[in-house]
Amino acid sequence: MIANKKKVVIIDYQLGNLYSVKQACDAVGMNIIVSSLKSDILAADALILPGVGAFIEAMNNLKKLDLIDLIKIKVNSGTPLLGICLGLQLLFTKSEEFGSGNGLNLIPGIIKRFPNRIDQRKIKVPHISWNQIYKSNYNWENTPLRDLKDNEFMYFIHSYYVQPDNNICVLTNTNYDGIEFCSSVIKENIFATQFHPEKSADKGISIYKNWGLINNIL
Amino acid sequence: MKTTRIIPRLDIKGPNLVKGIHLEGLRVLGNPADFAKYYYENGADELMFMDVVASLYERNSLHDIISEAAKQKFIPITVGGGLRSISDIKEVLRVGADKVCLNTAVIKDPELIRQSSRKFGSSTIVVAIEAIKEENGKYLAYTDNGREYTGIDVFEWAKKVDELGAGEIVITSVDNEGTGQGFDLDLISKISSLVSIPVIAHGGAGTKQQVIDLLNENTADAVMLSSLFHYQFIKKNEARVSLDEGNTEFLKQKRNFHTFEPCSVKDLKKSLVENKIECRI
Repeated sequence: MIANKKKVVIIDYQLGNLYSVKQACDAVGMNIIVSSLKSDILAADALILPGVGAFIEAMNNLKKLDLIDLIKIKVNSGTPLLGICLGLQLLFTKSEEFGSGNGLNLIPGIIKRFPNRIDQRKIKVPHISWNQIYKSNYNWENTPLRDLKDNEFMYFIHSYYVQPDNNICVLTNTNYDGIEFCSSVIKENIFATQFHPEKSADKGISIYKNWGLINNIL
Repeated sequence: MKTTRIIPRLDIKGPNLVKGIHLEGLRVLGNPADFAKYYYENGADELMFMDVVASLYERNSLHDIISEAAKQKFIPITVGGGLRSISDIKEVLRVGADKVCLNTAVIKDPELIRQSSRKFGSSTIVVAIEAIKEENGKYLAYTDNGREYTGIDVFEWAKKVDELGAGEIVITSVDNEGTGQGFDLDLISKISSLVSIPVIAHGGAGTKQQVIDLLNENTADAVMLSSLFHYQFIKKNEARVSLDEGNTEFLKQKRNFHTFEPCSVKDLKKSLVENKIECRI
């Protein structure tokens, strides 16, 4: 390992599987630490907020670990942040999920659940499939998606999706069985995806690589 | 859009990939890592590893195989076989699985579905249902690869699995499994109509056409296949296997798979797209 190489911290808030995220980071050569310690997060050059599981439990764990304010301070001071799946949702204002409180509120908007039915038609929830991401108004050129073609397939597994107050941050949309939703966002130093790039084969790994290159952490 | 997932299933016994008929009579086919690599490179949407003897002998032997696979294969990996508790689930997730597949343990204790889906997220919890059609036409759920009778009605059980918070159901027709005679379409469509979560069809595929026929019915959200792909791999590749462990007669004799028209993941997906069935290619 090269000395002085930029440090990327995967925030471990003790929920779900961080193994595959770490494997993807290793595959592209990032200097990775998996940690829930404030000192590590404070010293990080970039942050990854992964996540599988329930919104409410995730926020509770972040609170218990006393990481909420620290993450906000880091992001607001310009540290690059990559959010994945639940890690995208946590960035928003609040969730419709029963009993959920507020999120990190770094991006204004709400989290909604897919309906089980539209009129008489049944919608299978969770949405578990490879599905296409397509361009909103945003150009992908200077984003981590720059090596992908429009309508690339990515792997999704989720019951909730984000609805930003302002569409300007929407980088891609995806259509699940007739429901269009925001599948990735970009806002200054924040980039976050509803899909799992680390589970989306070589195309997904290119997103990690390009996120690293764009942010000078590789 | 809605795309169908194609999921190769790798049944593991000790160090070997095996395949049975009606989930029994296991034949050794080769080294699981070789098959997993081939399927990944061929466009598999996920991989399923099933430790077929773990449940019987109450042990877990898959960890090395999983963590090795999870290092190089950036697609979802589901692991099943002998997982009995929250701590068993935690352990396979820690070594690299993305989802777990439960059967015996949740039949014994259905609350484990609720507990584990709360803890790990419902999308992490897949419940396998092994169905056998009785003489009176009723479908009953079995455990331990179709060996253990439970007396539980398959359709009632599927509804309960959904209510308790599982993320997906794998429905296996034990009667058809490994035979190459096609899916039990009635079973799959009835299960799918009763639940609100994705259903993975498993058991019986011997030809591409049978997969197309199943997906044209628009009831399954994913298909889990083994013989169809494994036999194509064996035909193409010299098996790397220790011939002194398990039943390797099948391999040595290079038996003909008369009820099967083996194909690769890529071939199958090409045919699906030609038949206007959406999938990732």
